Amino acid sequence: MDDLYRDYILEHYRRPHNFGTIDDATASYEGANPLCGDRITLQIRVRDGVVDEVAFTGRGCAISQASASMLTDEVKGKPVATAAGMTSSDVLDLLGIEISPARMKCALLSLDTLQHAIGEGEAEAGTGHEAGNGREAGS
Amino acid sequence: MAIETATSATTGGTGASGTAGPGAGGPAAGERPPLDPVAIRRDFPILATLTAHGKPLVYLDSAATSQKPNVVIDAVDDYNRTYNANVHRGIYELGERATAAYEAARKSVARFINAPDPHEIIFTRNATESINLVAYSWGRRNIRRGDAIVLTEMEHHANLVPWQLLVQEKDGDLEFIPITDDGQLRLEVFEVLLRLKPKLVAFTHVSNTLGTINPVAEMTRMAHDAGALVLVDGAQAVPHVPVDVQAIGADFYAFSGHKMLAPTGSGALWARRELLEAMPPFLAGGEMIREVHLRRSEWNAIPWKFEAGTPAIAEEIGFGVAAEYLMGLGMDRVAAHEQEMLAYAVPRLRAAHPDLALYGPMDLSKRGGVIAFNVPGVHPHDVAQVLDRVGVAVRAGHHCTMPLHERLDLAATARASFNVYTTRSDIDALVDGISEVKRVFGV
Repeated sequence: MDDLYRDYILEHYRRPHNFGTIDDATASYEGANPLCGDRITLQIRVRDGVVDEVAFTGRGCAISQASASMLTDEVKGKPVATAAGMTSSDVLDLLGIEISPARMKCALLSLDTLQHAIGEGEAEAGTGHEAGNGREAGS
Repeated sequence: MAIETATSATTGGTGASGTAGPGAGGPAAGERPPLDPVAIRRDFPILATLTAHGKPLVYLDSAATSQKPNVVIDAVDDYNRTYNANVHRGIYELGERATAAYEAARKSVARFINAPDPHEIIFTRNATESINLVAYSWGRRNIRRGDAIVLTEMEHHANLVPWQLLVQEKDGDLEFIPITDDGQLRLEVFEVLLRLKPKLVAFTHVSNTLGTINPVAEMTRMAHDAGALVLVDGAQAVPHVPVDVQAIGADFYAFSGHKMLAPTGSGALWARRELLEAMPPFLAGGEMIREVHLRRSEWNAIPWKFEAGTPAIAEEIGFGVAAEYLMGLGMDRVAAHEQEMLAYAVPRLRAAHPDLALYGPMDLSKRGGVIAFNVPGVHPHDVAQVLDRVGVAVRAGHHCTMPLHERLDLAATARASFNVYTTRSDIDALVDGISEVKRVFGV
């Protein structure tokens, strides 16, 4: 049992980091897992090509909430290009637990939502695929 | 069961479930003793297996799909091993045997729901396909711009999305019978919606999420009085309560085999003969034709007009055997058993876990063997995951009823559901498993 619900996972679930909203977000996206009704809204604020602030709200299972908490910790302060380059296995490494196929969508909802949010931010700023060149700032 | 009069029809044509208390062999159940689920379990080989976590399997997800008894497994196996051939084609002994078994299955399924004529049973893959058949064939011909179809807030997506597609195409309207907070249909609102003169009213017999047994005979009468046809989604009813389509009086009754102990890929649509004869084909191809010319064709008689292509022969044969197995047990006794399980489970859950949120009617006589619940502070996924570790299989999510969950302001629920093989010790395992959930999550 505790190979999945480890203390740090439950800790992130009960007291998720970066939970809330940002007033001057440069992009946001609402992601949902249609199979289970998990839903998170993730906001980012990009300044000078860096994810300067990131926050999320929503509800979901321990795995999806812990994943959002840990992923937002991970990308905060990193270049947008680094955040955009995060992969599924990076997120699974962050979680550090074995995720069964049935729970994979829960574990990766935050990553999917983050990537969409970054994509939206780039579209708004007209930077296309050129993430992290600084033009997001002030958009 | 006896054909009910209009006044006793509020239990949805399920005489036994309304009258037989826990374990009671009332008049409807005759002199036979109550079901013995422990003996029944010996018919289901999977229930003797251990889960991947080395625990005995406590299967409480029968509303998703039921387990299969040996007689069904053997019937499918026997067909595949000893008389596999296509139906309605071969002029040789094997083909004749296959055809005879396939058509015998149709008769068993007809008898199971008291259909007046086996030719009114169309074999499909499942209730979803049955409802789509009606939506495409009857619906496309009969629904026109501005026509209304009345559904309910508690429908499975299978009895919602096909109608959405139809009214989008035809520019018609959908209206919905709302539910009360304890998950019962508000018939006074239904009465008002009927003033819109809908062409069709479609509703579930038993809710797959709340367990509510709807008063289908009464609703059918109301709809007919307003000039509407009636489709009943019986997917969750056929495993749990006696179904008598003549007593209900509906026009279409859709159901799956796999929830009533039959193989996946088996299902049926019952409809009144004159409707089926007037309806155009659904799928086109072999089997469903009488004559084919290069530019036109003539349709086969019912039911084969609606069974294009090689059907799921083995599975439908298994469907017939499952229907016979359940009739052998007696659906009134099956319903009484599920009432007994509910009457044991609900107070037990409440006593052990007063904080548990339970959904659906608390008048248990209005409920089939389904309990949706939430453990406060724990997402249903996590509830199901921890329960799985102790061998208890329940479903977590929205159970294909997203609008219902929205209505109840819930993202998701966990759901335990029963069948003929469910025992008190299964329920004890659930109750203990929920304690384990709370321990892991510290709630």
